[in-house]
Parts: sequence; structure tokens; C-alpha cells
Amino acid sequence: MPLVKDGVRVSDPFIRLEDDAPLAGDPVLVSAQRLFAEGEALFAEDRTVGVIWPNGRDIAELVPFLPRLAVVGLEFPKFRDGRAFSQARLLRERHGFAGELRATGDVLFDQLLLMERAGFDAFEVKKEADADAFTRALATYTVFYQPTGDGRQTVRDARVAA
Amino acid sequence: MYAYDEFDRAFLAQRIAEFRGQVGRRISGALGEEEFKPLRLMNGVYLQLHAYMLRVCIPYGTLSSTQLRRLARVARRYDKGYGHFTTRQNIQFHWIKLAELPDAMAELAEVGIHGIQTSGNCIRNTTTDPFAGATPEELEDPRIYAEIIRQWSTLHPEFTYLPRKFKIAITASKHDRAAIRVHDVGLRLHTRDGVTGFEVVVGGGLGRTPYIGHTIRDFLPKEDLLSYLEAILRTYNLGGRRDNIYKARIKIQVHELGVPAFTELVEAEWAQIRDGALKLNATAIDDVRGRFIIPDFEPLEDQPAELVAALADPAFARWHENAVEPHKAPGHAIVTLSLKPVGGTPGDATADQMDAIADLADAYAYGEIRVAHEQNLILPHVRQKDLPALWARAQEIGVATTNIGLVTDIISCPGMDYCSLANTRSIPVAQRISERFADDARIRDIGKLHLNISGCINACGHHHVGHIGILGVEKRDEEFYQVTIGGKGNAKARLGEIIGPAIPESEIVNVVERLVETYLDLRTSPQETFIAVVQRLGIEPFKERAYAPR
Repeated sequence: MPLVKDGVRVSDPFIRLEDDAPLAGDPVLVSAQRLFAEGEALFAEDRTVGVIWPNGRDIAELVPFLPRLAVVGLEFPKFRDGRAFSQARLLRERHGFAGELRATGDVLFDQLLLMERAGFDAFEVKKEADADAFTRALATYTVFYQPTGDGRQTVRDARVAA
Repeated sequence: MYAYDEFDRAFLAQRIAEFRGQVGRRISGALGEEEFKPLRLMNGVYLQLHAYMLRVCIPYGTLSSTQLRRLARVARRYDKGYGHFTTRQNIQFHWIKLAELPDAMAELAEVGIHGIQTSGNCIRNTTTDPFAGATPEELEDPRIYAEIIRQWSTLHPEFTYLPRKFKIAITASKHDRAAIRVHDVGLRLHTRDGVTGFEVVVGGGLGRTPYIGHTIRDFLPKEDLLSYLEAILRTYNLGGRRDNIYKARIKIQVHELGVPAFTELVEAEWAQIRDGALKLNATAIDDVRGRFIIPDFEPLEDQPAELVAALADPAFARWHENAVEPHKAPGHAIVTLSLKPVGGTPGDATADQMDAIADLADAYAYGEIRVAHEQNLILPHVRQKDLPALWARAQEIGVATTNIGLVTDIISCPGMDYCSLANTRSIPVAQRISERFADDARIRDIGKLHLNISGCINACGHHHVGHIGILGVEKRDEEFYQVTIGGKGNAKARLGEIIGPAIPESEIVNVVERLVETYLDLRTSPQETFIAVVQRLGIEPFKERAYAPR
């Protein structure tokens, strides 16, 4: 699955550890369950750790770990299931998470701009063609009606400035 | 009219370019049908029983004459020469070809209209009082807030893939003509200690599980409107059910959590964001208000000589009594044009009628038209002296039936004649009821009576809040209709009660007639309305007569 980070295709350095796999490798992505079960042990030897957070679980539970997490991956089990849009905004705008915020799952062309506006900066894009067209997806709109944490100028601000 | 500026126009052009691309990718196979479906729905494109349907958004029901003429042109060019006005102040074209959709949309966009968010699991067109900006009852023009909500909700990055659709309605008058208590969120503008704000009602809705909404906040300052809505929507997006499409509306979340717990979640979320970027100051509200072109009403007197003379004609006087309402500007009036002719399809208008109504609006009504929730068209700003000429022309084009608010002013869904969800037909039932009650003196005597028909449990005809509600149900491959009475959609909203077993299609019109006759026998005076009698006596006397063998 192609990974697009900060607008460019990159190879994914993270090893996705199954819950029952031995703790090895660096950097690693673990489940929320494993993060809570193993806690400190995961971060031993200065290991770089990220978590894949389920979209049905309160993101506030993750807050104590945020300063030490390199990646938070949020899930779109179906692209129509938009819970992770809210989780992303809360992580960025309320909890100040500054690491990589990665969209995983059913990540498609037509949702990329919305995801980026919600705070995602990394995308496990499902289709090759969509990953190639990433820049074009983000250019679909230049007019934005509502403020999010993405810093884009809203129509309201543009009108005041005009 | 709200005047689009370069930002709104640029957005619309980008939206159409995006949809053109999506249609292209669908045709090339790059986009699967499952992936395409929510995208087309959010542009108002449905696949119905016989063809694609385009639902066009009429923001808060306000149209210019130019826009109405363009709707007529689209009806003629891409459809079969007519359109269907809906209960959510929109219009639907039922016979559009997929390949021609982007062209039809581009034609609509030239006059600033579109199908954005008229379907799909997103925030839909905010509806309001069709008399907004005209009625003397209102505190402020609610369209200003509807427009603020339109902008905020348009392609909202967080709320475009909600558990289910989300409908907001807003009223600023004592008489709630927007049915705010049966919406996902209802907003009522009112004043407290001289300050204007909103009562916020959440969790109403019809469909298969009807609920009257709950007030979760008595008073919300105006400047907090968007942050509070964002708090409600976030609570819903994160916590609303996604395991069962029939339990995914916010009303189920409110019901399952309980109103106090739901309210607490919203208030806690709001506390975090109320002083953020969504706060509306007076400048922001005034900027939107300033973009509405409000007619420069001529200084006129009430009851001009032309009107007084015309009122001597009983036919004109009858229409005036039925279809004309007071206006806030002296010498002006609000006129409802009936799209419910005897034997017609409720809410349908032909392209020729649309053009003619646009001409009427230009000649007599400052070029503005409204779509009412009841599926009629309204000229909100008519000079009283022009009423006789307007009436003459309205009769010629077939929109002067004197049945506004009466038994034949039927709200009906399209039913099985068009809709792929319906179990039964609705339109033929509406047509036969209107034929049975074709006599004007009779319906006038019967008085105020709201009759609603839905062709299936999804309740698009809002049968739960009809004084008489008719719901189509299928039994052994035959069409049956379940009847409720006593429903109301207004400020004192309540759901109707089922009177008994479903009635076969051949008997439904007779049953309606027996209910009406029962009312006429039981009322204490002609001033006591059908709904008042039902409330006074309950459903029993109606039930007895409805099922009595003839």
C-alpha cells in the first residue's frame, strides 16, 4: 500500500507489530491494546513507537502517551465511516499532537482533501492511481467555508481581507 | 435574495469540476459503484425506479425569478417538462440521464444553484419559514442564520461522512412554519432580557421511529450558533450508531443516551470550543446580512382602492381570504400559489408554470419566490394593489386553487410511481382525495385540515404530523394504507395516533371522507377545527365511524 507523507510518496519505515508478535524492530506501530498492555516496555532502548487507534475509542485515553508517540494512525474501516475525522481534529486542535497523523484503511482520492483539512499529514492510500494523483486531489478546492486547524484562509476571513 | 460573490461562484465551479471527474472515473471503471454512490448522492443524484433523479437545493427555499426560469429550462431540456417541489424546500427532476447530469448542473450553477448536500449522510439544506423576511411576526430574518449555517456546513471536512443524514430547521416566528421539532436540530429565535438567541431542539424526526425533539438549551447567544452546532455534530459523529442504518439518526443517540446525558456531552464539548474560531461577532453576522438583497419596499398604504374594489367579487374575495397573508411592509402582502390543483400531483409544476410564476414575481413581487414546506410556491412580497391582476393570471396558469391549509392541500411523497423505496403509490391517492373534495364550498366549510401521505415507513410525506396521516403498507402484494389522526408539526408538535387496521386501497378515500364527516358532526361550531375535535374527544369516535360498514 503506497504511503504518502507531506505530499510525497515514501517508503514506510514502520514495522506493524501484531499483538502476539515478539517486541522487536524499530520503529514500530502497535495496537491501542498493546500500547496499554506493555506501556513503558515498548519505549525501551529509545524505540520509536506509533499506535493505530480504533475509531470507536475515546481519543482522550491516548493523551498521556501523545508526547512520546511518533505516529498516531486512525482508521477508516469504510470510507463512509467518518469518526476518524473528528478524532483527527481533536488530536491536532485540542491535544496539540504534532507527530505524524496517518489515515489508514479505506483511504480514497475523494476524501484526501477532507482528511488533510482535519489534520492528517500521512495517508496509506488504497489505490496506486490515487496515490499518484495526490497533489491533484488536494487541489480540488481553493475555497473553504469553515475553519479547522489546517490554517487555510476561510471565505469569511478572505471577505474581511478583500 | 442572498447574493453569491466570487468565492461562492468559485466554489460552485470547483464542485462541478469535481463531480464531472467523478462521473468520468465511474464510467472508466476507476471508481466502483459502491464508491461512487455516496459521492453522487452528495450532489443530489439518486438512482430511482425508472431513471436518475436530480434533487436541486433551494437554500432555505428562496429563489429569484432568474433561478426559477433556469429550473424551467432544465425541466424542459433534461427532463419531461416538469419538476417536483419537495417538503424540504427543494426541487427534484425525476427523469435525468446520468451522462447529461454535469451539463444540467453547469446550467444551474450559472445562476448559483446546485444539488450539493441534498442527499447523503451529511448536513442537508437548512430549511426555514417560507414567509421569512416578509411576515410581521418574525423577530429577525431567519435566512441570515440559515445562510451562516449553509456556509459552515458546505463540504465540512469533519461532517461529510456522518452516521446518517442531518437536517436543520430554523424559525423566527411564533407560528412555526418550519416544523423545527421534527428535525435533527431545530432552532427557534427568541429574545431573553432584550437579547436575541436560539432555543436549541435536538433529536426530532419522523421516518420509521418518529420522535418529537427535545430542548437541550433554552437560550443560546447568536454568536455561539456555529460552535454549538459543531459540538452537537461532533458528539453525533463520534457517538451515533453506525451498526444499523435504521438506528443511525441522532434521535436514536439522544433516546438511547437519554436527554440529560446527551446534553452533558454536548455542553462539555461546547465548553472547549465556544471561544474558538467559530465565534460569530456582530461584524460577521452583519456581513452575511448585508449580502441579502432586501427589496426596497415602496411606501404604500394598506387596503388600496384597487384591492377594495376587487374584494366585491366573491371569487376574488375567496382567494384573498385563503391565499393572502399580512406583510410587514404596509401596502404589501404574502401570496401562496397552490401547486395542488384538483386531480394533480402535489408539488408538481410544469416548465411553463415556472416561467409564468417567474414573470409574476418580476411584475408584482420584486422578483422573489419561495418554496414552502407544504409543497406550494410563495410570492413573499406582493403589492396589495396588484393582487387582482396577479389573481387573474394565477388562475390562467392553474395556481389559484383556493385550498391553502385545507384538506386538499395535501403533502405527499412521490411514492411508488417514482421512488425505489416506496411500498405503495401516494400520488394517485392524493389525486383521488382531491377529486372527492373538489367542491370549494365544502372544503371551506371543513376548514383547516392538514392531510399527509407517505408511500412507505420512511415517512417523506410526514404522515406522523398530519391532522390526517396516511401511510402506505404492503400486505400480500396489495396496497394498504394505515391511517393516523391528531398529528401536528407546528410549535406544539405531536405524533398522530393509529386509528386501527390498515385499509385497502379501494377504501382509503371513503375512510378519509368518513373521518371528515365525523368531524363535521362532532364539532361544536365551525370555528372548532378538525385537530381541535380530535384533541377534545380522542380517536374513539373517529375510529368507530371510519370502520363502520356503510
